[in-house]
Amino acid sequence: MIEFRKDLFRDERDDNLNEIGKPTQRQDMVGHVTGRSPFYDDHAFEGLLHLRCLRSPHHHARLRSIEVRDAERSPGVHRVILAKDVPHNLNTLLSLMGFGLDDEPLISGGKVSYKGEPVAAVVAESERAAYDAIAKIRVSWEVLPHVLDVEDALKPGAVTVNDTYPGNTFTYHDKYDHQKLRFGDVEAAFRQADRVIEGRYQMSPIEQAPTETCGAIAAQENNGRFVCYTSTQALFFSLGTAAKLLNVPSNRLHFIGGTVGGGFGGKVDSLHEPMAILGCMLTGRPVKYMFDRAEEMQVGAPRGAERWYLKDAVGRDGRILGRQLTGYFDAGAYTRLSSYAIHKSTGHLPGPYTIPNVKSDVYCVFTNRTPSTAMRGFGITGVDFAIESHMDVVAHEIGMNPIEFRILNAYRDGDMKAHRRVAKNTALIECCQVVSEKANWPIRDDFRRMASSEGGGVGEAGRVPNYTATDQNGLVDTRNRGIKRRPGDPERPFSMPGTIPPRAEPARQPTPAPTYAGGGPLPGFAPTPGTGVRSEPRPSYAPSTTYSPQPVAPAASVASTQPTPASSAPPTPNRTGPNRFSSSVSGLRRR
Amino acid sequence: MARTPIEFRHNGRDQAIFVEEGSNLLDVLRRGVGDFAPKYGCGQGTCGCCTVLVDGEPHLSCLTLAETVAGRSIETTSGLGKGVELHPLQQAFMDNFAAQCGYCTPGMLMAAKSLLDHNPSPSRQEVVEAIAGNICRCTGYEPIIAAVLDASSRMSGRRSA
Repeated sequence: MIEFRKDLFRDERDDNLNEIGKPTQRQDMVGHVTGRSPFYDDHAFEGLLHLRCLRSPHHHARLRSIEVRDAERSPGVHRVILAKDVPHNLNTLLSLMGFGLDDEPLISGGKVSYKGEPVAAVVAESERAAYDAIAKIRVSWEVLPHVLDVEDALKPGAVTVNDTYPGNTFTYHDKYDHQKLRFGDVEAAFRQADRVIEGRYQMSPIEQAPTETCGAIAAQENNGRFVCYTSTQALFFSLGTAAKLLNVPSNRLHFIGGTVGGGFGGKVDSLHEPMAILGCMLTGRPVKYMFDRAEEMQVGAPRGAERWYLKDAVGRDGRILGRQLTGYFDAGAYTRLSSYAIHKSTGHLPGPYTIPNVKSDVYCVFTNRTPSTAMRGFGITGVDFAIESHMDVVAHEIGMNPIEFRILNAYRDGDMKAHRRVAKNTALIECCQVVSEKANWPIRDDFRRMASSEGGGVGEAGRVPNYTATDQNGLVDTRNRGIKRRPGDPERPFSMPGTIPPRAEPARQPTPAPTYAGGGPLPGFAPTPGTGVRSEPRPSYAPSTTYSPQPVAPAASVASTQPTPASSAPPTPNRTGPNRFSSSVSGLRRR
Repeated sequence: MARTPIEFRHNGRDQAIFVEEGSNLLDVLRRGVGDFAPKYGCGQGTCGCCTVLVDGEPHLSCLTLAETVAGRSIETTSGLGKGVELHPLQQAFMDNFAAQCGYCTPGMLMAAKSLLDHNPSPSRQEVVEAIAGNICRCTGYEPIIAAVLDASSRMSGRRSA
C-alpha cells in the first residue's frame, strides 16, 4: 500500500520516534470524505451578491474613457466599482516586508499592462446579471505597443511596462537592476579551461490550475467588522494586503481560511479578498468574487517563465572550473513574488556542485504578460532545469558518464558554496548512486564507494577564494537605466548604462574582502593574499568501461568554443545489459 | 425571469424548489438546496468535481439543466453514510489516505459509488476508467484507486458475512 519512511529505513535508523515515520491521519480527512470541509464557497449567506470584472482585451493599452451608465442600469446590478473607488489603489505584495515599491493597482484606471487586467467590477444579484452588465460597459482604448520577451524588454527603446520601474527591471538593494553573485574569477577559469561549453535554456510559464479556483466571500459582521472567507494560501498576507488597499485597520477585518482546494502557490496573490470586501463595503451586502476557470487560466498568476544562459569552464579531468550564469525571470506586468524568486535562485547557484569560480547576473524583467507568482519551488525549479540539462550536455560533450560527472563535481560536507556558506548534510553523491542503481545506469566502482561526508572542505574547496573578480573601482558593474531612487537617497557611484548583459573585463586587483552582490565585506573572511584559479585535487577521471553515450536532454542549444582535447580517450561503447547493485548504497552514513 | 417549480428526491428526501430558467443543477444544489458537497471546478464538464448521481448514474451537475432532474433521484456525497457511520467507500478513502486538498473527493466518491453499485468487484482497470473523468490536481490517483478496490473488497466481505 503506502511506503512509510520508518519501514523503508528500518535497518538504518535506531531512533525511537513516537510520531515521525508513522502514518498519522489528517485532521481534515473526515470533512473531506463527507463533503463537509468548509471551503470558502461552502458557506450560506442571505442575499449573497456576485462580483465580476471587466478585463483588458489588450496586452498594453491606455484607458481613454470608460462609460458605465448602461451597466449601472442593467437588471440586478447593485454597484459598478472603478479605480477611483479603491481607497489606496497601489500595492506590491512584499511591501508588507518592506521589499519593493508599490507597483500594482487593484483596479486599473490609467493603463493596463497585461491581457486580463481588471478595469471595472460589477456587483450584481447573480453571476449572469453581472456578466450581462459587464457587456454593457463601453471602454475607449488607446492600444500601446507591447513587449512579451524578457530580452526584448531590456533592449534600448523598449516600451515601459510598469511605470514604477521604467527600465523594465526590478530594483535590488535600491540601486541594482539585477541580482549579482561573484565568487572567484570565471574569466581566469575560461582561460585555463580545457573546454568551454555554453547553453541556453528556456522554461515556459506553468499554471498551478487548482481544482478550486481562487476566490473570497466578504460579509458585514455586527460589530463594524467585515468577515472574509477566502481560498488564500497566505491568510496574513491577504489580511495585510486588504487592510492596506482598503485603508482600514486590520482589526476591522476577520479572515477565515485554511481550507484550500489546491493552491500550489497560485493562491498567495490576495487579489480576491480586498475586492470582495470593497464590494461589501459599497453595497452593504455579502459579496462573492471568484475566478471562473477561464480567468484562472488567463488571469491567475502562473509560475514565471525563465531563460538561462550557462557557460561552463571544464578541466581535462572533467572538473568544472568555472560557471557563468545569466538569468532572466519573466515577472509579467507586476512584481508580485518574482523579486523574491530571484533571491532564492541566486542563493541556489551554481547548483549542488563545488565550483571554485562562479559569476551570475539574474534579472527580474517586466513584460506585458500575466504577472507571475509562486509555484512549488519557484526560483529553484527553472534554474535547476537549466543546470541539470547543462550537466547532461557537458557530460555528453566531454564524453563522460553523466552520473559520474555529477559525482565528480558534487559538493561535499565542508565545501564552501558560492554564496559563502559551508555545505552541510549534503547528499548528492548518494542520490546519484541510488539513481544509477534504480535507472540501471552503471557507474564505476570508485564512484559507487564515494560519500558526501568524505573529502569535502579540503584546502581551497573549504574556503572563499583568495580573489574574487569585481569590476571598475572594485565594484560590480550594473545596467542602471531608469532606476528610481527613493527620495533622499544619495547619488550612488554607479554608471555604465546600456550594457546588456554586463561584459566588462574585471580589473585584476586584490580585493579587501570578498563581497556578496550589493552587500559589504563579509564578516569572518579575512583577506588572503594570492590570486588565480583554484584547482583542488579530486578523484581523477577515466571513462567508465561500462558506459556508452546516451541521447542528451533536447532543450539546449550547445556551442563548444574550444577544441576537443586529443588526450581524452573516447568512451568504450560496450555497456552491457542489466547490472544490479546492492541496495545498501543509500543513506548508510546518516546514522 | 421565469421561475419553474420542480420536485426531486435529494439523498432520499423529497425536495421542492423554484429554479431560474437555464440554471444548472450544481448551483441549485449548492445555493438553492444548501448542499455544498458538489464543487465547482471548471463549469464546463472537464474536471468532475461536481459529479452527482441522477437515478444512480454519474452526471456532471454543472452541465445538467436543473429542470431536467424533476421527478428524479439525486445522490451526493452528503448522503453517503448513515449518521455517524461512514459508508465503506468513505472509510476506505480515509484508511488509504485518498484525499489531500479534498476538493475532488466528493466527485470521486460519487463516481466510485456508481461503479461499485453497478459492478461490486471491479478490476483495477475498471476503477481507473470509472474515475477517468475526475481530475485530482494533487495527483493522488494511486491512493484513490487503492481505496476504491479496498472498499470493493470490504463491501463484498460484508455481503458474504
